Amino acid sequence: MGSKSNKTPYWQAAPMAAVFTLFFAVPLAVIVIVSFWQYNQYSITPAFIFSNYTDIFSGCIRQLPDLCTTFATYLQTLIFCAEVWALTLVIGFALAYFLVFEVRTPTMQVVLALICTIPFWTSNVIRMISWIPLLGRNGLINQGLLALGVTDHPVEWLLYSHFSVLLAFVHLNTVFMIIPILNSMARIDRSLIEAARDGGASGWQTLWNVLIPLSKPGIAIGSIFVITVVMGDYITIGIMGGQQIASVGKVIQVQTNFLQFPLAAANAVVLLATVLVLILGLTRLVDIRKEL
Amino acid sequence: MRTGNDLELFRLTKRYGDTVAVRDLNHLIAAGTYVCLLGPSGCGKSSTLRMIAGHESVTEGAILLDGTDISHLPPASRGTAMMFQNYALFPHLTVRDNVAFSLKMKGVAKAERHARADDLLELVDMSAFAARRPDQLSGGQQQRVALARALITQPKVLLLDEPLSALDPFLRIRMRVELKRLQRELGITFIHVTHGQDEALALADEVIVMNNAVIEQSGPPRELFNMPRTEFVARFLGGHNVIRRDGRSIAVRSDRMVLTRGAGAAIEGAVFGIEYQGATVQLVLKTGGAEELSVVLTERDFFSQPLQVGDTASVAWSEADVHALEA
Repeated sequence: MGSKSNKTPYWQAAPMAAVFTLFFAVPLAVIVIVSFWQYNQYSITPAFIFSNYTDIFSGCIRQLPDLCTTFATYLQTLIFCAEVWALTLVIGFALAYFLVFEVRTPTMQVVLALICTIPFWTSNVIRMISWIPLLGRNGLINQGLLALGVTDHPVEWLLYSHFSVLLAFVHLNTVFMIIPILNSMARIDRSLIEAARDGGASGWQTLWNVLIPLSKPGIAIGSIFVITVVMGDYITIGIMGGQQIASVGKVIQVQTNFLQFPLAAANAVVLLATVLVLILGLTRLVDIRKEL
Repeated sequence: MRTGNDLELFRLTKRYGDTVAVRDLNHLIAAGTYVCLLGPSGCGKSSTLRMIAGHESVTEGAILLDGTDISHLPPASRGTAMMFQNYALFPHLTVRDNVAFSLKMKGVAKAERHARADDLLELVDMSAFAARRPDQLSGGQQQRVALARALITQPKVLLLDEPLSALDPFLRIRMRVELKRLQRELGITFIHVTHGQDEALALADEVIVMNNAVIEQSGPPRELFNMPRTEFVARFLGGHNVIRRDGRSIAVRSDRMVLTRGAGAAIEGAVFGIEYQGATVQLVLKTGGAEELSVVLTERDFFSQPLQVGDTASVAWSEADVHALEA
């Protein structure tokens, strides 16, 4: 292969770079630009004003310690994010552990890992809608509870509630935790666990001192997936929350519906900044590049 | 004579389903000896070691250390420590923290456990590397760290699973010396699993040769080399010709074979291979009966009248050098 030009790698990377530029970098730049434009009910005009940003946070500082709508919405979204992150992390870690250390044969590991991806064989929206016959007022669970005499009237908080949003989020996102953690864990030499036992470590001590530190890169990558998905979500919160729960993504969606593009763009930029700060904090804890 | 810290294997058996990995092993290992468990892969030597360590359950039988049955205790409360084949150092911890790991698990305060780890690192001559990560060390250095980590628990028996197999030959010989020195200084029992006969002969006070899940023969290396009990032991230790005579097998050491150039002596053959080994030269002779005999000559002897492949030569041996083997 001596004749290979040293430009070959660039050509190989070019298609992906083109897609990335065209469908990610350019739209992102457009959003940033539009966020400084002017708008009224029927038109948007190029400009360089900050009022879109100041509008988002208008009165927020003055109102403290009471939360303005923007802060309240962000807080709500961050709470969801934290809850989903914690739940998917615990469930994902446990499942990955099971797949790597309890399942004996590699074939079975692959089969079970594929089973984890079954929820993705249907569309996101269908998956969420299918919760309704299960959790609804007259859904299977309520019918069951009534028949068993556990309650005398249907449980209301099962659907269109904080609980149902959380349930759908965890259901949708756990696999994003499982796969990267699985990948990190599979690389852990089993003799390390024996070495830990040999050194007198209990099961929990091995978990804390050996398995978790060595799974950190997977945990970090999974966390990035989950955090970005939940922070920007409006569909899951919309459908599972019965359009009653606010989220930053929802705000942006509503603003685009009202053709307030510059305002929506400004909100998107603020959201992007928030997510970047979260991820930056995460990479401070774990050097992902080193571990890849 | 039994003193404290003798390790006794009593009817030790390991089965995996229908396969027997270790069959009814009975053996007494005296305290403070360097023992090598020698055998081909799959002979049960590693299973035996792992049962002693507590990383493999005992199907039947007992393991007694200093008179108490340890076969059902967790690894860390047996008085044994294991050095793993690939060292199994924790990649996310520094050398010092690796060595101090077991003390941390016991809840020893940081300052104290680091001080003791540093003592051990000094013992294995690795003090300068205390702050490094395992991936910044060479194979030999990693091995020293693994040794220090195993020794910090102050074991009565140190178990070494093919400790030298990952090293290059030059380093292997140096580490051999090091292991022997440590064992002498510490005065504890070392049980060293290996498939290399040279390693076993060089290191052990007692060699235990295993084959097909049982002990073929055990004893001091010199005794084994000069009086192999079976054909398997003679062949596995090497340096022997196993020859069939009158329906029984005998062993004659290759270096005791007497070579005559040309035809004449007892057995005639054609030179089939010549291997120069430095101080010695090894010849392989193919006899008329398609037997292969190896002859080891000193370099001077060989080159006083060098032979070529295909030359005719003949060999004989004196009756005193014949060792009868069991069937």
